[in-house]
Formats: sequence, C-alpha cells, structure tokens
Amino acid sequence: MTAGLGSRAWRVMKGAMLRNLPLMITCREFEDFLLDYLEGNLPPRQRRIFEVHIAICRECREYLAAYREAIELGRQAFEDPAAGPPEAVPEDLITAVLEARGGDPKG
Amino acid sequence: MPERQSGVLLRDDQTSSEGSLEEEMIAGLRAGDEAQATRFVRANIGWMRAVAFRLLRDDGLADDCVQDALIKALRNIAKFEGRSKLKTWLHRITVNEALMKLRSRKRLEEDLIDPLMPDFDENACRIEAPWTRRISAEEILSQAQQRQLVLSKIGELPESYRIVLMLRDIEELDTAEVAEALGITEGNVKVRLHRARAALKKLLEPLLRGETP
Repeated sequence: MTAGLGSRAWRVMKGAMLRNLPLMITCREFEDFLLDYLEGNLPPRQRRIFEVHIAICRECREYLAAYREAIELGRQAFEDPAAGPPEAVPEDLITAVLEARGGDPKG
Repeated sequence: MPERQSGVLLRDDQTSSEGSLEEEMIAGLRAGDEAQATRFVRANIGWMRAVAFRLLRDDGLADDCVQDALIKALRNIAKFEGRSKLKTWLHRITVNEALMKLRSRKRLEEDLIDPLMPDFDENACRIEAPWTRRISAEEILSQAQQRQLVLSKIGELPESYRIVLMLRDIEELDTAEVAEALGITEGNVKVRLHRARAALKKLLEPLLRGETP
C-alpha cells in the first residue's frame, strides 16, 4: 500500500487525502464513529463513509478486527465457571440470608 | 434480552412449566412461606454470587453484596410486578448492590486511561503495527492459564471504565440502564465503553498477536 514511498511520506499523503477528499474521514474521526458503527447507529451516508475508510485504510481495518476480537475474548473469558467465585456457595451464607431477612415477609 | 447463548447471560428461554413454578414461588414468598424462601435463596444465590464477583473481584464483598441483594429481594417481593423475569429483576438488584459496594470502596471518578488509548500521528493517521496473524478468542481460551491472563488483563482497566465494560459487554445492560445505574449520562457511558474496549484491545494485543505474554 505504500507504493514505494517511504512510510513517512506515505502517511503525510494519506493524511492529506483523508482530510481533503470528499467522502473521506481521518483515522481519528473513524475512532470517534466506531462505537456507533458497531451498534448500528450510523445513518446510511455516514456508514458508507465509514466503510470506505475501512476499505482503504489498512491500519483501521486491522485495528477494528482486533478491537472486535478483544471484546469477544473478554466475553468468552467470563463464560467459564472458573471466572466466577472459586468455591461453592457456603452454607453459612445461605443461613445468614434466611436469618437476616427479617421484616415482614409479605413486604 | 440477549440473543447470545452463554453461561454469563440471562436467558429468556424459560419454558411455561418453569414460568408456573416461578409464579408458585413468588406466591409462596409473598405469603411468607419459609420453604419457598429457602428454595428461592438456594436457586439464585450461586449465579448472583458469580455476578457480584465479576463486578467486585473480591469474595468477601461479593458475599456481602449477595446477602444484601437477597434480603432486599425477599423484603420487596411484593413490589415485583412480573413485567420481567424474576431472574432479570434479581440481576438488576444484584448489580445495583454491587455498584453501591464499589462506590463505598473506591471513587468511580476519572481514572487515567490515556496510556491505553490508540495512537495517531500528526496527520491524524492511526499508528498500528501490521497484523501478520490474529489468534481467535476460542484458540486463546483453549488454554486454561490464558483465560486467567485475560481476566487479569480486564482487571487492569481503570475501575470507572472496567465497570462500564462489565455492565455493557458482560452483564449486557443497555446504555440507558448503565447510565441510570452509575448516575452518568448515556453519552458518558458510550465514551467510557469505547475507551474501555480500546484499552482492552491494547491490553490483550500480545495474546491476540500470538506473542508470548
């Protein structure tokens, strides 16, 4: 994608292109839209602009994929019982709840 | 409620027989039936403790939280209107009790998260090293010690961001519910959620890239 240009020269050119061409957003603006994009809250025109950016920007495309996978990794890590309290519910906790509830059980 | 099937989530797949058992239990609790109260506590204390532990990360605090939540639920069962499942109602009480414990333990104000935010250059271009491969969540979690590492990385998130991530992505409250529970605006919830996820991505990046942690 750098097309033979040095990395710095390419980034300057890419930044200028993203800032100035119609239907383009910078990577910083992409970051600002990210949550709304993932939650399906972007209006169609903004969504198209966002997707154009994904198509042309390797960094944001790979960032987005890793961002999604990190969320999934976090979710799945909690799905295992080992993520919970380390032991079975102690009987004394159950007893304490039943004894302490007091008040009027009818509310 | 959520479509995703997992052990973490509340499921809306209650059968009609479970529904009538639930109604019977609620009627018993309202009538002050001791046996139903015991059954109710035993049926729910395990998963409620797991929710409290996920949010509080402390056995003792989680036990206090569950005790307070169950007592509150038993005393207020008359106020349960049946518009949601009993489990959804209990989940909400547990989350609220856990948040009260968190508030009393530690201020949930602004913690520094800037070092974990994505990087941009002076051209507003993202700085992201090329990904030659990305390891899937399933593959990473196939090793037990990696799961503990992921959980400890989540624990490294600044508390005011971690709690938003937990409530939205793990406990699956919606934005409005999280805003209400934390007493912040929905806009603030969205900002914190995005920053928490971005920080999580950075914290988990060595695992996702298959680099030795």
